[in-house]
Amino acid sequence: MEMYRSHVMICRGTGCTSANSEQIAKNFEEEIKKHGLEKEVVVERTGCFGLCALGPIVIIYPEASFYSLVKPEDVEEIVKEHLVKGRVVKRLLYAESVEEDRIKSINEVDFYKKQVRVALRNCGIINPENIDEYIAFDGYKALAKVLTEMTPVQVIDTVKKSGLRGRGGAGFPTGMKWEFASKSHNEQKYVLCNADEGDPGAFMDRSVLEGDPHSVIEAMTIAGYAIGANQGYIYVRAEYPIAVKRLAIAISQAREYGLLGKGIMGTNFNFDLEVRLGAGAFVCGEETALIASIEGQRGMPRPRPPFPAVKGLFGKPTILNNVETYANICPIFLNGPEWFASMGTEKSKGTKVFALGGKINNTGLVEIPMGTTMREVIYEIGGGCPNGKKYKAAQTGGPSGGCIPASHLDVAIDYENLIALGSMMGSGGLIVMDEDNCMVDIARYFLDFTVDESCGKCTPCREGTKRMLEILERITEGKGEESDIEKLETLAKNIKNSALCGLGQTAPNPILSTLKYFRDEYEAHIRDKKCPAGVCQALLSYTVIDEKCKGCGICAKQCPVSCISGQPKTVYKINSDKCIKCGVCMTKCPFKAIEKK
Amino acid sequence: MKSIQELEEIRRRTLETINVRKDRSGTRVVVGMATCGIAAGARPVLLTIMDEVKKNSLADVIVAQTGCIGMCRLEPIVEVYRPGEEKVTYVKVNEGKAIRIVNEHIRQGKVVEEYTIGAEDK
Ligand SMILES: Cc1cc2nc3c(=O)[nH]c(=O)nc-3n(C[C@H](O)[C@H](O)[C@H](O)COP(=O)(O)O)c2cc1C
Repeated sequence: MEMYRSHVMICRGTGCTSANSEQIAKNFEEEIKKHGLEKEVVVERTGCFGLCALGPIVIIYPEASFYSLVKPEDVEEIVKEHLVKGRVVKRLLYAESVEEDRIKSINEVDFYKKQVRVALRNCGIINPENIDEYIAFDGYKALAKVLTEMTPVQVIDTVKKSGLRGRGGAGFPTGMKWEFASKSHNEQKYVLCNADEGDPGAFMDRSVLEGDPHSVIEAMTIAGYAIGANQGYIYVRAEYPIAVKRLAIAISQAREYGLLGKGIMGTNFNFDLEVRLGAGAFVCGEETALIASIEGQRGMPRPRPPFPAVKGLFGKPTILNNVETYANICPIFLNGPEWFASMGTEKSKGTKVFALGGKINNTGLVEIPMGTTMREVIYEIGGGCPNGKKYKAAQTGGPSGGCIPASHLDVAIDYENLIALGSMMGSGGLIVMDEDNCMVDIARYFLDFTVDESCGKCTPCREGTKRMLEILERITEGKGEESDIEKLETLAKNIKNSALCGLGQTAPNPILSTLKYFRDEYEAHIRDKKCPAGVCQALLSYTVIDEKCKGCGICAKQCPVSCISGQPKTVYKINSDKCIKCGVCMTKCPFKAIEKK
Repeated sequence: MKSIQELEEIRRRTLETINVRKDRSGTRVVVGMATCGIAAGARPVLLTIMDEVKKNSLADVIVAQTGCIGMCRLEPIVEVYRPGEEKVTYVKVNEGKAIRIVNEHIRQGKVVEEYTIGAEDK
């Protein structure tokens, strides 16, 4: 490999790619050539660096200059100034990193200060399509150690000692899962990776696969050695084309180096991997449904036991772990289980990756030690809600989880604490809601999702979630009845207790948790026929604020159903019987003289 | 198939070229190791710096290599990046100068002015 004086790292994760980062990369290559720097400066395409809200991101080393919101037309200036003359283009740097007389290092800015990157250690730093770069940062060193110095029992003990728990939702201790499978005797066993990532708003696993695919491949190989399996499958949704492509490249490079296949690193251990594409059904993230899907059957769950560790893929002992769970494995072997267990809380060790989304300034990917408070994540790292709006709640665990209201902002994030609040860790989607979000509508949104995604195999989920959705729709349309809350609670309890798989068992959670913290909003919808947040269209009426109306008549001209009347220079009136609540008048009024309530 | 020794070799070789990207909060010392730098004696300078850093157990300091910085007549060139400070470029560095740079600048935060490019220009 050549020695370059500068490294231009361009994010080619899904977020920045959709913001045209490939064009930026091409412009860099062109400009660099134009200035004859191609022997001195290298352009690398990387995975996600986290701060998606400000993408495309470009980082230039050795200065570690962090350029944000880069446009293709900015490239010429960066090359001319930074790469040719050695002068950082301050105007284009991430504004947070620029102080009057100095430039902060990336680790000093608020977004990164509290983060600890274990699972995301290589994301944004290496070119994921070049196995040598992964190897350079200690890649395949853990595997070498495991294969040459450790017995399978020692491997499992190490994982157990680290305290690592599954990052896919339930938080089951990973070492114990491996131990069960290792004790199931069979010639043939399997190692699976769950990259289905179906939670709306979640993109942690996608980012790991896009930015550091070898970390998952290496960990799965270690898992294979631990339980005695020689074949693995990565189940990834087909909607993740960049992740699928990088995985395919990584697998073939690993085979070429003899890191997958027969006699790995000259030992007598064999292990190989294949990718299986999922069609994007949420239920296929459930382990037994995922296994059925890989087998070529319809993706439907089955009752457990038998657990996959005993009877899994093709009836053989199988372990299934989440992408992020695997991404934590190699560092545990390189730094020791004690190191891993030193991070986090008593029962939740290590870090957790969250995808921050919704009403938050710094939309993106963050990795924090377990035990960090919700307040730190929302305000210090996430930068709070945009436009000075008030934080209302954050949804964790997606459609299986619940919300954390402002009154619990100081909760330390770990598995137990979130459950105690009626939510759950989930796979790491964290959707922030502000004062403009209606919590009944949020519950309706998630139920709408589960009704869509219910596979229909068991009645409580197929029929029960539909009934709950109907009640919620009724409430948001102003047709709620006094008994509806009680009906929701009864249905929720019954579905939780009787559904076949986790999808149905957890489907009522968004309702139960919004009822727990925002019951008054339900009551306002039902009794007063009002939506306090101003979201549910049927419960809103648009009115002109007399004092602010200047009588310009723009609203009347724009109204598609001509329900606004008045004379120029007088106060206009909206006829609420004819109003279809499209909101055009409100957006067009130059004097903000129309309100909805 | 690659043996563990071959993988180690790939690691060592690739790390030399990309270590500058490791973004720690501490100090980065970058040595120009293109043909011009090596011809002027950059390798013993690099080794001396690594040695000194190790000897003094300086945590959070990474020593990285880089390509041609474009001022071949001033090689060996060593750049020091300390968090929040302007980059300092030392020129015509030799082993003795390297020891002083580590001890005074990296350990104590005092730039060794007389070795910097600014002093050379005068
Ligand atoms: C409806 C449903 C969807 C799920 N979706 C996912 C998913 O997308 N990704 C995931 O890793 N686990 C998902 N799970 C959890 C898996 O069943 C399983 O617990 C997990 O993959 C185990 O890996 P872990 O122990 O490493 O977390 C889902 C579970 C249910 C019930």
